[in-house]
Formats: sequence, C-alpha cells, structure tokens
Amino acid sequence: MAKPASSRSANASGAAAGTPATPNRERPSEPQRHHAETTELLEYYRQMLLIRRFEERAGQLYGLGLIGGFCHLYIGQEAVAVGLQSALDPNRDSVITGYRDHGHMLAYGIDPKIIMAELTGRAAGISKGKGGSMHMFSVERKFYGGHGIVGAQVSLGTGLAFKHKYSGDGGVCMAYFGDGAANQGQVYESFNMAQLWGLPIIYVIENNQYAMGTSVNRSSAEDQLFRRGDSFRIPGLQVDGMDVLAVRGAATTALEWVRGGKGPILLELKTYRYRGHSMSDPAKYRSREEVQSVREKSDPIEAIKRELQAGGASEDDLKAIDKDIRQIVTEAADFAEQMPEPDRSELYTDVLVETY
Amino acid sequence: MPIELKMPALSPTMEEGTLAKWLVKEGDTVTSGTIIAEIETDKATMEFEAVDEGTIAKIMIPEGTDEVKVGTVIALLAGEDEDADGVAGGAHASAVNTQPADISASPAEDAQAQQATLNARPKIGEAPASLRVEPEVPEGTEMVRTTVREALRDAMAEEMRKDDSVFVMGEEVAEYQGAYKVTQGLLDEFGPRRVIDTPITEYGFAGVGTGAAMGGLRPIIEFMTFNFAMQAIDHIINSAAKTNYMSGGQMRCPIVFRGPNGAASRVGAQHSQNFGPWYANVPGLIVISPYSAADAKGLLKAAIRSQDPVVFLENELLYGQTFDVPKLDDYVLPIGKARIARQGTDVTLVSYSIGVGVALDAAAKLAEEGIEAEVIDLRTLRPLDKETVLRSLAKTNRMVCVEEGWPVCSISSELMAMAMEEGFDDLDAPVLRVTNVDVPLPYAANLEKLALIKISDVVEAARKVCYR
Repeated sequence: MAKPASSRSANASGAAAGTPATPNRERPSEPQRHHAETTELLEYYRQMLLIRRFEERAGQLYGLGLIGGFCHLYIGQEAVAVGLQSALDPNRDSVITGYRDHGHMLAYGIDPKIIMAELTGRAAGISKGKGGSMHMFSVERKFYGGHGIVGAQVSLGTGLAFKHKYSGDGGVCMAYFGDGAANQGQVYESFNMAQLWGLPIIYVIENNQYAMGTSVNRSSAEDQLFRRGDSFRIPGLQVDGMDVLAVRGAATTALEWVRGGKGPILLELKTYRYRGHSMSDPAKYRSREEVQSVREKSDPIEAIKRELQAGGASEDDLKAIDKDIRQIVTEAADFAEQMPEPDRSELYTDVLVETY
Repeated sequence: MPIELKMPALSPTMEEGTLAKWLVKEGDTVTSGTIIAEIETDKATMEFEAVDEGTIAKIMIPEGTDEVKVGTVIALLAGEDEDADGVAGGAHASAVNTQPADISASPAEDAQAQQATLNARPKIGEAPASLRVEPEVPEGTEMVRTTVREALRDAMAEEMRKDDSVFVMGEEVAEYQGAYKVTQGLLDEFGPRRVIDTPITEYGFAGVGTGAAMGGLRPIIEFMTFNFAMQAIDHIINSAAKTNYMSGGQMRCPIVFRGPNGAASRVGAQHSQNFGPWYANVPGLIVISPYSAADAKGLLKAAIRSQDPVVFLENELLYGQTFDVPKLDDYVLPIGKARIARQGTDVTLVSYSIGVGVALDAAAKLAEEGIEAEVIDLRTLRPLDKETVLRSLAKTNRMVCVEEGWPVCSISSELMAMAMEEGFDDLDAPVLRVTNVDVPLPYAANLEKLALIKISDVVEAARKVCYR
C-alpha cells in the first residue's frame, strides 16, 4: 500500500496497518523446470522434430500447389505443444486451439498421414478433406479443433471445461490462443465466467510476438500477457516457451492448480514463429537478423539436442530418430499426394446430422 | 538421388515469379531453415528456405530470371552422402519443368459432374415418410388451455427430466425466473447446476454453450432477445453451424439457441427485428419459428432432442397468448413440416410466427367476401417445407406471403423464388408479399403501427391476386 487513502480506511484496516502487503489470495507456486531422464528427453526430441519436419514438408507441398488456401506453420513453437500436452491425460483432458493447429495434433499422437491428407484436401484426411489446415478435429482423442475465428476457441474451450465440471469427469480443458487473440473481447467474457464458476481450464497464450504483422507492444497496452487474468482473479505464469522442460514444469504446476479445484489458470508461453503468419506472409515486419538470432540462440530442438548429448545420448540414437522422422514425414506426404480427393457426393453430406 | 528444389508458390494463385536473388552458391552446405533464395511476385517478396540438409550441387535457374513457372526445378541439392559434383553432372535430364500436379478435373468433366450433383439433390417429398407424419392426437385427447410461455417452459422441463445432459443457460433465467418468465420454476425443480444465470455476455456464453455441446452436452441457450444475439452470431454460425461439416461429420453440436425475436411493442429500432431470414440463410442450422402454444411445445422438444444446432425464434407478443395443447405424455412434432392452419381453396397465405395470426384474421375477413384463403404456418424456416407450400399453391393457384419482418432478402423472397422455380405452372397471378415497411422500426405509436404488417394489407393483397 503506497499510502492510506483516508483516515477512515486506515482505521478500518486496524492492526494490519504497517505490516507488509501479502497477497489476498492464494497463488500457484513458482513452476520448476521439469527433470527428465534420457528416454523421456528423447521422446520430447522426437515429438518436436516430428512437428518441425512435418511443417517443413507442409510448406514444401504448399509451394508445389498441393496445399491451398491458408496454411499456418508451427515451426519454432514446437516446445509449447509438446511440453504442455505431455502432461495431460488424453483419456479425460481436452484440447482446443486456433488455426495454427498441426503441431497440437501431432503432439497428441494423431496420425501424421491423415493430418497431411487433410492439408492436401483428400478423402482420407481427418475431416474427409472438408476442413483443411485450420479445421481438424479428433473427438476420439478429445482434440476439439481447429478454429478459424481468432479467439473463438477461448469461449468454446471454456464450454468444454464447463462440460468437464458438469459431468464430473475429472477432465481439464487446455485452450490455446495467441497474443493476437488475447485482445479479443470474448476472451475476457470467458475468463469472467470460468473464474465465477470455478471451471477446470488452463488458458494458454502462445505469445509468438506477432499477431500476423503487428508486434505485441504495438497491439497490447499490457504486453505482459500473463497478467491479463488479474482482473478476474485468474493467476498467471510466464514461461519460457522455447524450453520444453520449462514448459512441462509449468504444465505440472497448472494442472495441480486446476485439478485441485482452484479454478482456471493462465499460462503465457514466450515463443517465436520462424515462418510467416501464414504461407502467403512475406514477414517484412521483422528483420532476417531477428529470426536468425532466435534460431541460433533459442531453438527448442537444438537446445534439447545439446542437453541429450551432454547427458550421454549417442550420436547414433539421435541419427536414428532423425531418420525415423524423415521416413514418417515422407510416408505422410506420399500418402497425402496419392490419396484421392473426396467423392463428389461428399459435397452434400455432413451438413446436418439428421434428416428432416 | 539429388533433391530437386522447385520454384515455390507464394500463394494459391501464383503461377510464376521472379527468382530475384540466390543467397547460396554451388558447393555451399545448407541445413533445414537456411534461406537460399529470394522469390518475387508482383505482390510480395518471399524468402525460400531449404527443407533438407545437403550441399548445393547445381543452380539451374540463374538469379534475375523472370517468369519462372511454379514447380520448375531451380537447383539441385546433394544429400549428406552424395558427391555434389557427380550430381551436377548427371542432373540435366531431370531438370524439366515439373508443374504442380493438376488435381482439378477438366472443364467438361466438371460440368457433367455438376449436373450429376444437381440431380443428386434431395427432391421434394423424398424425405422418409415416418418423419413427415404428424403425431396422432387420439380422439378424445384432453386439450389444455396453455400460454405459449407455459408451453415453452413445459417443453424444457420435460426434456430436462428425461435427460441430464440438457441444461438452460442465459441472462436472468434462474433466480429472476426469466426476463419474460419463460424459465419460471425451472431453478426450483432442477437447481443451479442445470439452470444457470450468466453475466451479460452474449458472445461469451454462446461460445461456452457451443463448446459444451461439442463436448457432448445438450445446452439450451436463452437470449433475452435475439437482438442481443447479434453479439453472439459468430458462434451460432461459425462455431455451431459449420462444425459438423468442417469435421467431416465427426464433431456434433446439439444445441438450442432460443429467445424472443421480431418486434415487441414500442421498444424502438434496436430491440425490434426479425432474424428469421438471417439464420435461415445458413446451411448447417435448423431454424424454427412457431406460432401456437402446441407447436412451441412440440417443436422445442424436438429441437432439444435434435443432433443439430437449432435457432428457435419465439415472439414476445405471443408469450401471453393462449392455445389448446394436447395433454399427452410426450408431444413431439416433426421439424421441417409446415401446418395448414386453415383450409381454403382460393388463395394461399404463407406465414410464420406472429404473422400467422395476422393471416388467420385476414382469412376470416376474406371469407366474409367469399374468398376462402388457405393459411400455411411454416413453423420451420430451415429446412422449408416446400412440399406443403407447393401443394397448396397447386390447389389455389394464388399466393401471398405474410411476414413480420423486412422485405429484402426475406423468407417471403425465398417463397417467391420457390414459386417461380417450382410452381410457375400453377400460378394464376404473381405472388405478392405483405411485410413490414423497409425502415428501422420507429418508436412513435402511429409510425410503429404504419411500419408493421396489418390485416387490411393482407386482405388487399389477397383480393389483388384473386383479381377482385
């Protein structure tokens, strides 16, 4: 307290006057960097590399005209989805995200073949080719999309959390959104209801520094986005989103909070996308040096590789993973190129579930 | 095998571009992410990154080359274990212009297929007969005088008793007992877990409801009026209506958005609007707009049970009106089926919601003049029951649409188009429409009255199509 507002309030606070300010409500503890044994580290390495190589290949297929429309790549942000989702229980927890969704699906173990086939608009795609890059879902894996309207997934995710609480299934919803979506009004409408009703949800802001071409400090009056829940009494944590183990540690803390019945929590993951906002973005709003500097100093995959090497993982082990991933991605790309487009009759299916 | 680096497309529409600059030279080693060239189109410049590791064996297209077709091999990359010189030497044969795979069919084939899909569209009367049969109200069934308000409440309560996944959410639905008292008593019976007051936050709670439906619940989202649902229309259309299609039938959204719609009384322009045509425009939605209490009950129950997202448009001025509702354990009506509210032979009046009352009153007046009007209550606006409308038109050969709403791009517009396309041979006169005046609704009592549909206008239009 800087100074008493009036003598009346000073009297009212009574004995408390002069004692140091203590938070008036509980806060989550400071997350610890996750400790992982070599096998676990190798798995994170494998998953992140799969996303990286998959996305590179998707970019390539886009360049060849096999993928159309909008295609938002996750390159650079791999540690976020891998670190967070490794902490979830896929049997009960749900995940929802925006249109930059390939990485989250791969991190949830969904078959790269049917994801890539969706990108190329083929019948074998996870949405039968009718969704595309931005609209992929796996109800079976509790992955609820895949949403193209910036910020919509925050309200929808709050609804999934409502469902977890309503049916008492013990699940938690993880709702991802970007620094751009963090300025949408419905985000705060959702924060309000989530805290009011004590919903089990982890709000994840993937702050990759740019909302399309507008940097965070050009668009956000409060650019420390982890504070955005303060007005709703939702605690926030800022996390190094380029360090998969820091991310995993934060996920553990967040899950403890939410599963402990303490309501929602907000994580801000500081990360970076190497590519443009979408494939058609030339990214002229930042310098090549800036991108190169992040790649050299903070690449999440290189970092974990160094850690693995220091921990004694053999060069052969890492090479075997690289080779394996290349094989998976090549197979996915071949599958996505070779599978047929949807049958013309599919134009009229799935508009409504029932017949009226 | 060397890896062919091909001219990338910067956008789905790009066919060719300029290879502005090489940032590597032959013999350079590249890794995934190394920027190797700059590509330009008239719209943008883009950096071209390597995806694979290796050595640049040969540059096939020199920098500064214009009009390089997408897919042209611009360089060769030798893999880790390959000899870059060897690759460069033997590579000419493969340096052909490899256009991206042409995955679209030929124009002729397209036209043919389009015709095939047109033919494949469901035709009138093809819906399964079981879905088109009105529930039998057995002879001697007791009729209970019920207001529309009570009928709606009863429908929700009955469905909530049957299915725990049904809940009601909205502003003032619980402790206040509903802004228009439609949810009266629900909190007492079902408790705060299932009857939930929200903050004033339409966009947010429409999204929360839609998300809950995606998760498997059956939410009933009440908007205090549909005027406020404009703040939430993104979730109704983009999130609820499109999900099933976008997910290839994988993800459902069984939700009901309900509340009063259309003009109330003297509440001014922002609180008086019929959104029927707006929602009826959207594939993936069911739109219901009942008139009578029995229809309100039977159709709301059907809406709650539907696997599809439903927009259920009520009318504030009808809430207090009383109708006969059959006393049956489970009175459920078919969605997508119009009701003939009055039999007639001379002219068909097609309407929905509060307009049905106007049409019925007009029909009574017309009968005094010897014109027997048939009145059709559409009840469902999407899918429209074409069959009932066209059958009536075939009988009367004359049609007037009656709609409490604006004329432009309205349900009336759709009915008139339907008559032109599929009922033209049955028409003895042009179809007319009686709608609200094409202005924001005024507050002044006299102006408001002038702007809304009137019985006399319907009578006038009916006389006109009967050439009387």
